[in-house]
Amino acid sequence: MLGGAVLICKLARFEQSILPHMDAAYNLARWLTRNEHDAQDMVQEAYLHAYKFFDAFRGVDGRAWLLTVVRDTCYTRLQQNRSRDTMTSFDEEIHTIEDDASNPSALVLKSGEIEMLKESLEQLPGKFREIIVLRDLEEFSYKQIADVTNVPLGTVMSRLARARERLKRILCARLKEKP
Amino acid sequence: MDCTNAQTLIDSYMDGELDLVGKLEIEDHLPGCALCSQRYDDRQIIRDRLKRGSAYFKAPPALQKRIQRSIRQAAKAESSPRWLSWSWVRVAVPLAAAALVVLTLVPFFRGPSPEGILTQEVVSSHVRSLMANHLTDVPSSDQYTVKPWFNGKVNFSPPVVNLADQGCPLVGGRLDYLNDRPAAALVYQRDKHLINVFIWPSSDRTASTPASATRQGYNIFHWRQSGMNFWAVSDLERGQLEKFATMLKTSTQI
Repeated sequence: MLGGAVLICKLARFEQSILPHMDAAYNLARWLTRNEHDAQDMVQEAYLHAYKFFDAFRGVDGRAWLLTVVRDTCYTRLQQNRSRDTMTSFDEEIHTIEDDASNPSALVLKSGEIEMLKESLEQLPGKFREIIVLRDLEEFSYKQIADVTNVPLGTVMSRLARARERLKRILCARLKEKP
Repeated sequence: MDCTNAQTLIDSYMDGELDLVGKLEIEDHLPGCALCSQRYDDRQIIRDRLKRGSAYFKAPPALQKRIQRSIRQAAKAESSPRWLSWSWVRVAVPLAAAALVVLTLVPFFRGPSPEGILTQEVVSSHVRSLMANHLTDVPSSDQYTVKPWFNGKVNFSPPVVNLADQGCPLVGGRLDYLNDRPAAALVYQRDKHLINVFIWPSSDRTASTPASATRQGYNIFHWRQSGMNFWAVSDLERGQLEKFATMLKTSTQI
């Protein structure tokens, strides 16, 4: 049966181009939901969705395409849950870089302080968190990030700068609090 | 390049996303600016720690297996014959349910039968005759007065009998209009109850036994005899009206 052969072919292509990126999918979902259980649900849901709409996948960048689906799935769920994180609408300008000339910090991170860095990242607003995850953990190019997050390249640049600055401030504050 | 400009471009520079001109300008600025150099170093430390640290969450093996399984299931569901698939069921089940509802409801929405319409007309005429103070055109208990009265008013001669001996005196006659034609209405009384008997010719010459109906609390008996339709309607109790109908039927037999 021709239809069956096409479907087997679809499954094979899917397993080849999309399935191997499960770590990336899980990592993004885990950072967006900040919860292991939700992240698993999101990844599973995203994968089923991705398979259903796999015919729409035309490009070669399976990882970026999958992460777009994962991101949409997560944001839909987060909005449904009316999470505080998404209820406060994200305003780029509120999170603007402040001049920190008075506070130059020399960061020295000891091994125990890695946890603190992760906690600081978790504390960032979702849009800042995801851009750091996509860039520094997933090592996406600005162009890939623009595609996944559906914003212009210029916004990727400025948002990433603000996100990193904010992350550093949170981390510095935490390091100071520490006895 | 001043510090403000450098600060906005420093991330793109670190990520290797800056164009050549920007890159050269930053490289020109950094060595002479402690503040921006510091910022750049901090950025690099954080980035390297994130990369090298355990910030990357890997998918648990159980999840990998689960997803692989559900994708294969989805693929299998997709390749199974159309008539078994969920998409088909999703369409068919509501359709079947809708068809069932329609089939169940159709009898309720079908127009009333001709006999049903006539029954309603008979009851309406009866009610109207009581309401409009127009019970009789010819008020007489004398059948020999009432019967001739219909001459020239209808093209048939209704059988008129007085049933006073049997407790149902004739009250009078009236011209009415039923079933799209003029009909003779005879009014009888039983105790305090009035009975309207509508008579008009039938194309069917065979006799029939009285059949009953009830509408709006009124009882109806109708039968066919000697080529005439007889419809008796009253608020009289059903058994009594049936008795009356039988009496009338016997008395008017030719």
